[in-house]
Amino acid sequence: MTRATDDRLLPDDLPQAWRSGLAAQLQPGEAVQVWLQTDLDDRLHFATNLLVLTDRRLLACAGEQWRCWPLATGQHFQHHDHAGVGTLALHDSERRLATWRYTLALNTEALRLADQHTRQVERLAHPDHVVEDEDGLCPRCKAPLPPDDDECPLCERSTPRPPSTWALLRLWRFARPYRGRLLAGFLLTLASTAANLVPPYLTIPLMDKVLIPHQTGTPITVEAVWPYLAGLLGAALVAWALGWARTYILARVSERIGADLRTTTFNHLMGQSLEYFGGKRTGDLMARIGAETDRINVFLSLHLLDFATDVLMLFMTAVVLFSINPWLALVTLLPLPVIAWMIHTVRDRLRTGFEKVDRIWGEVTNVLADTIPGIRVVKAFAQEKRESARFAAANRRNLETNDRVNRVWSLFGPTVTLLTEVGLLFVWGFGIWQVGRDHITVGVLTAFIAYISRFYLRLDSMSRIVSVTQKAAAGAKRIFDILDHGSSVPEPARPVHLARVEGRIELRGVAFRYGNRAVLRGVDLDIAPGEFIGLVGHSGSGKSTLVNLINRFYDVSGGSIRIDGTDIRALPVAEYRRHIGLVLQEPFLFFGTIADNIAYGKPEATRAEIIAAARAAHAHEFILRLPHGYDSMVGERGQTLSGGERQRISIARALLIDPRILILDEATSSVDTATEKEIQRALDNLVEGRTTLAIAHRLSTLRKADRLVVLDRGQIVEVGPHDALMAREGHYYRLYMAQQRLAEADAAEGALP
Amino acid sequence: MKISLERDAHGLLVLIDAAGQRHAGVQPVRAFPLSAPGEGVALMSADGHELAWFDALDALDATSRALLDEELSRREFMPRIRSIAGVSSFSTPCDWDIVTDRGATRFTLRSEDDIRRLDGARLLITDSHGIHYEVADMKALDRPSRRILDRFL
Repeated sequence: MTRATDDRLLPDDLPQAWRSGLAAQLQPGEAVQVWLQTDLDDRLHFATNLLVLTDRRLLACAGEQWRCWPLATGQHFQHHDHAGVGTLALHDSERRLATWRYTLALNTEALRLADQHTRQVERLAHPDHVVEDEDGLCPRCKAPLPPDDDECPLCERSTPRPPSTWALLRLWRFARPYRGRLLAGFLLTLASTAANLVPPYLTIPLMDKVLIPHQTGTPITVEAVWPYLAGLLGAALVAWALGWARTYILARVSERIGADLRTTTFNHLMGQSLEYFGGKRTGDLMARIGAETDRINVFLSLHLLDFATDVLMLFMTAVVLFSINPWLALVTLLPLPVIAWMIHTVRDRLRTGFEKVDRIWGEVTNVLADTIPGIRVVKAFAQEKRESARFAAANRRNLETNDRVNRVWSLFGPTVTLLTEVGLLFVWGFGIWQVGRDHITVGVLTAFIAYISRFYLRLDSMSRIVSVTQKAAAGAKRIFDILDHGSSVPEPARPVHLARVEGRIELRGVAFRYGNRAVLRGVDLDIAPGEFIGLVGHSGSGKSTLVNLINRFYDVSGGSIRIDGTDIRALPVAEYRRHIGLVLQEPFLFFGTIADNIAYGKPEATRAEIIAAARAAHAHEFILRLPHGYDSMVGERGQTLSGGERQRISIARALLIDPRILILDEATSSVDTATEKEIQRALDNLVEGRTTLAIAHRLSTLRKADRLVVLDRGQIVEVGPHDALMAREGHYYRLYMAQQRLAEADAAEGALP
Repeated sequence: MKISLERDAHGLLVLIDAAGQRHAGVQPVRAFPLSAPGEGVALMSADGHELAWFDALDALDATSRALLDEELSRREFMPRIRSIAGVSSFSTPCDWDIVTDRGATRFTLRSEDDIRRLDGARLLITDSHGIHYEVADMKALDRPSRRILDRFL
């Protein structure tokens, strides 16, 4: 046996470090099936170890130590994970043989190894029994793979990469549509800046040809003076007109860019999954979309304009100065490199400082966003002082961070001013010396002084812009943080369109984890079109998660959900959701009329359709009793209506879109028994002929269900109609009996005098 | 009779309760793993019910105590960051190269919100796979690490 032949038998993607070691271990003809490089050792320290499944053995290498276990019947892997660490434990019927640990990044690979092991052991036990290798299926989601492709189009997710820096330049994407007007604005800026440079130039002849000769005896004549004065006036008027046009055009454009930015960000936000909103603070998001876009806007409309003018002015002034007298110009420009260096060093510290200020500001708004909606709880527990303290603390941190930035900032501005003053001193000194040696005229020196005071003024305002620019850059970065966040419920690359939906739902090995907590595991379920399924289980058993997955509020972390045989990830999200009606425990009514609220899912609905839906939902009569009927306004959270009334409106809302699939998530649990009956009648109308999934705490409300699915800790434990499950005396029986006893106890208590 | 713990051949922790009944596959859980790890440990059955509660672990005999500590140390995975070697970018998501008390590793931080401030200068960083990394005292980190961390706070 030569090593070279063995090496060829190894999988191509096996890392170099393992190749020779593994080749030495393999027996002749032994083929590697799956390998897993674990990243933790048994003491949970980071270490790279190897686990290999061949056609006959399991091989493991830890450190330099190789161990092996020949495949045998009864041998099996147990898998579990906790706190981000997955564990594979190899057992035989007697005892545990070994364990491997890894971080959850490797979970898919580990499960694939365990699956393959199970199949091979099964083949050992039943050699004649055909166990299919799942070759054509995606190892992660069990969806069929495209014929000539190894990567599953559904669950292949590129990890989001950090955006490039220079967030402000990325704003160009929003400026593009306005590039014509931007160019016009730029040309106007150029022209108005040039016009601004004319007056100092006119001081040269005024000095040298009018004032100085006057001192040496030549009288001043009107003819000699008026062209210069007219020139000064003309230049001022032209500069005024150009400046007005420029500011007007650019301000309009930047306002539009800001508005586009805001709309785009909001639209992007609407496309995000519930997972995203679950992980974000409302206040922070509101601050980003509101305040940050505004800051960018102000930056674009005012400061960027100023900055462009300043740069142009500096450049043009420098050209004029050099054309008059190169030596004097050189002295004038002396402080410039020093200032540039200062800007450079301070810039980074300022930007990070401002980013921090923004984040802390988000914290302040978060306290507001927490407290104001929860004000009833705050008051009920008399915790106003505590909330005040929390706000004060956030505010104090805001202050501290600002103080730190201001410390750098406050030193920066005056230093620039000092440098410019020193620069002016140089010019005076050098200029007087030059005049004294008759190298330049007094007129030239005055012109220089006039130019230079403008020049330094510009430099000063340019240094000021450092802070605004950094603020805007920080804001832009936070906006792009939102925009760069791809939806975790992405639109399919090659969408499939279903013309008609029957309502058949198939769940295949559905798994879902939230953070490092597994909420659902290996859920398999077939639901026929028109079937009424009741989901039952303790709270926290995964019922709501399951319907959220079917709704595609989240995407499964493993397995697949198919509707009429098509994976729901292959359907355009909005198109898919149109087939689903959702009635929640806490119906949310938007600010608007009752008719608007009923027609929320179908804004183009006619009045007749709205009324028909309301009738079917048993909402028609109470709506008519309201002072303005269907035109009555409901408040922000629908406070003017009772819980039962709101629920019936939301049922009408679901009825109106006439969905094939209906999801009732505890639709009746927040109302009293009498109202529940009313709602139940409305629901019976709704359920008719639709595939329905209902979650109900009160099991009695699921009487009409065709089948009940009992979930326990993320897995289906029982499926069947009520009577069959009662006869089995299992999970469902216990749940039902517990509720019965409770109801009887309540009844007995009620019967007491 | 006091309760005691054993480990069976399958590696499961077995609780023998005061009545002498055996419960296989119990798992120790700390009630306050972050704020008070030493106080309040519960033993949960395989199906998630509380079987025993210890205000402090001293109530157990030495062998049981050792088993419990061993099981806890295998369950609890919260590497403590010693230093931050580098980050791929200062905007999220970004990869962090770190050295922890359990060795060097690399993880992906999804957003700044995943850095949670605990009391004082203690931080809890959650990576994209839900693994928690602890910074016991950010003021005690070396200067380059602190500087990197500061950009995300």
